[in-house]
Amino acid sequence: MLLAIDSSAGTSVAVVDRDYGVLASRSVLDPLRHAEVIGELLAEVLAESGADVSALSAVAVGLGPGPFTGLRVGIAAGRAFALAAGKPVVGVVSHDAIALAHYAGGGWGELLVTTDARRRELYWSHYAGLDELGVPRRVAGPAVAKPDAVPAGGRRIDATEVPAESLGLLAERLRASGRASTGLEPLYLRSPDVTLAAPKRVTG
Amino acid sequence: MSAPLVLGIETSCDETGVGIVRGRELLANIISSSMAEHARFGGVVPEVAARAHLEALEPALRAALDTAGVAVADLDAIAVTAGPGLAGALMVGVGAAKGLAVASGKPLYGVNHLIGHVGADLLRPTGEPPSPGLDEPTVALLVSGGHTSLLLVRDLIDDVELLGETIDDAAGEAFDKVARILGLPYPGGPEIDRAARGGDPTAIRFPRGLTQHRDLERHRYDFSFSGLKTSVARWVEKRADAGEPVPVADVAASFREAVADVLLSKAVAACLDTGTSRLLLGGGVVANARVRALAEERCAAAGIALRIPPLSLCTDNGAMIASVGARLVAAGHPPSGLAFGADSTLPVTHVQVV
Ligand SMILES: [Zn+2]
Repeated sequence: MLLAIDSSAGTSVAVVDRDYGVLASRSVLDPLRHAEVIGELLAEVLAESGADVSALSAVAVGLGPGPFTGLRVGIAAGRAFALAAGKPVVGVVSHDAIALAHYAGGGWGELLVTTDARRRELYWSHYAGLDELGVPRRVAGPAVAKPDAVPAGGRRIDATEVPAESLGLLAERLRASGRASTGLEPLYLRSPDVTLAAPKRVTG
Repeated sequence: MSAPLVLGIETSCDETGVGIVRGRELLANIISSSMAEHARFGGVVPEVAARAHLEALEPALRAALDTAGVAVADLDAIAVTAGPGLAGALMVGVGAAKGLAVASGKPLYGVNHLIGHVGADLLRPTGEPPSPGLDEPTVALLVSGGHTSLLLVRDLIDDVELLGETIDDAAGEAFDKVARILGLPYPGGPEIDRAARGGDPTAIRFPRGLTQHRDLERHRYDFSFSGLKTSVARWVEKRADAGEPVPVADVAASFREAVADVLLSKAVAACLDTGTSRLLLGGGVVANARVRALAEERCAAAGIALRIPPLSLCTDNGAMIASVGARLVAAGHPPSGLAFGADSTLPVTHVQVV
């Protein structure tokens, strides 16, 4: 049983179990209120699932790609939660959760997942089905591109949310197969916008 | 109840701070700064700072718990800076604090950063004589790269009044900008201090912002440093254009004198006007030798008791946030709950958010 958090789009939180599936999940779509809602969402899924913090095996966090400010809130909350609970953290590419939901729901073949990267750009990832352990096979991405530069290929999902329950189920599969990533670097995919201005003259 | 054990998280600017206190006893004060990453930009870049907070926070939490020799389960409460500060930077701390609070079931307090600077003076490390405590009321002058505020603190957690603040640049920002004008590296405070050694503080009479008679009516306790910075730039350009060498030591000393003069003139006036015989300094600019010296001089002359917390508690840190948290817990204030957000312009009258 693990706790999953994703804040790469809205804020989504879930408690899932490899055998019993989704025990509780909550999402707030608002892409600007991550810091406000994260605490109550966590408290609600724990209460609803009846899960004792000590019974969790890990905390899964979505690493993005996603707009930076919100993305960091979920990762920070997940890492701190795990520290307090004495549990490991599993980092998951957020798009992989969307792909898993698609394939688990009967989808098949190639899949392109996009999410909003703001500034008229999209984050995208390209998939080719599930592997033998039920993990989406990501063949390209995640990357950021102008809409007309996003590759075509198979079905396309322009997602506005990343379901934490899917992220959690994926993390369970990754852990079970020994492939869970310990890397927790957020997928910013852009360097911080900084322009180095020379000091300006004040006299003409 | 024994003094509350509180962990405080501070991420409002470029220092990631985690501190642990037991009442007024300082058990841990871990600070990780991203200052070096901002150096080539000449000032704090918010996105760079926020990324650094996320990287530094968990290691800082572990180090603080280790240093204090306590577990999260031992804490009575968790406190976090809710504002004012850089929004994206604050949100990293708020997110982490909520994760800690939910996982541990501990009450969470969202605390005002400026009040934290005042609360810092309550703390002393284990083994040292305890802080005499804050004599209230006191006037507090808080000066850093992010803020320049003058407060009247009648009661740390119940009654704080904002007397004045900067209407443009923070004083620390002015040091950074003038350092750049003089070709000195970032951060400007220590560089200007060094360059001013041997310089004549009376060589150039730079303007003292908002000290003219007509300004004092509306801005008696407010500050303005943007005009001063421009005036230094103009003076230096004129010299350079005339092909004359720029006397860096004199410019640095005269600029520093102007800043210190206006800061302390207003702070002392605030003490006298409000009949308060105590002045507390806080914020990173307190590291400036001339600001400290002039504060001692002016306070002695005016019969004002001056308090300056140890430097490691003057710059932004998590212990000062924990200190306010501990005082809120001890006074029986209810926690902030889980629904608050980061408030980059949180007014100083809000000691804690709800
Ligand atoms: Zn500060």
